[in-house]
Amino acid sequence: MNKSGWLFIPLLAFVGLAILLASGLGRDTEELPTALAGKPLPTLQLPSLMRAGTEVNNELFLGHWTLLNVWASWCPTCYVEHPYLMQLADQGVRLVGLNYKDDLDKARQYLAKLGNPYLEVAVDESGSYGIDLGVYGAPETFIINPRGEVVFRYVGEVNERSWQQRFMPLWGEEKQ
Amino acid sequence: MKRVLLLLFLCWPLAISAVQDIYQFENGADEQRFRELLVLLRCPKCQNQAISDSDAPIAKDMREQVAAMVRAGHSNAEIVDYFVQRYGDFVSYRPPVTPQTLILWLAPLLAILGGGLLVLIQILRGRKVARGEDVL
Repeated sequence: MNKSGWLFIPLLAFVGLAILLASGLGRDTEELPTALAGKPLPTLQLPSLMRAGTEVNNELFLGHWTLLNVWASWCPTCYVEHPYLMQLADQGVRLVGLNYKDDLDKARQYLAKLGNPYLEVAVDESGSYGIDLGVYGAPETFIINPRGEVVFRYVGEVNERSWQQRFMPLWGEEKQ
Repeated sequence: MKRVLLLLFLCWPLAISAVQDIYQFENGADEQRFRELLVLLRCPKCQNQAISDSDAPIAKDMREQVAAMVRAGHSNAEIVDYFVQRYGDFVSYRPPVTPQTLILWLAPLLAILGGGLLVLIQILRGRKVARGEDVL
């Protein structure tokens, strides 16, 4: 490089930094990668919310594509996404709920009032199964494949847009 | 009187910081490990806070899980690994060196080398000026 070329180094450094920072703008930093992707759903052994005395376990997920939706009656976004979950259930999407650190009576009232899109709801009162899943809030929604493995984790509201853009490309897809 | 007041004031912050410590351990070594792990693990909800200083419910659950595992005799590495398996490398403030995290480890080194290079150039240039050579 000739000597006057050095003059352009600050400019290049600025442009490089600008590109780096601009690429970070608008990125959702809340969403973490799916740590469990490709791994089996952690061992599930929890009571059912609606069927007293019944246990929900991993067998429920075998043989079907399933959405595992983590929700609670204290979670505002859960109310927002609930109508869309009802719609998905009507379309035949198999939904299993995980009621996360909730008051059980309030959880039952929630479903009685707003409708129940879930085939089954497992109760995680202590949040320990949430930790096994890597859950850090609600709502979170997982795609589980027919082998009972986690395919994808989504943090936040499931709606038409996120369903089309994030879930659909992976839903029902079998890696060869 | 003044001394007594001074003493009382000195006790005050200690009393406040003691409020958080409700975790009991059998020995000092376990408690020390618990404290180390609490600043090593990152809260996944309120990002950029360690689980030691986050009020998020998940941070509290994680603190309880760490306390339980320390009491059960799990090693620090086992406990960090437990959380990394569930939450990913993000959850550790000391992530392993992988292609994705390489930039985190190399950036400080590159910054130091780059800065050193600039300083070196300036020095060499200064010498040329001192010798009366044309620098530009």
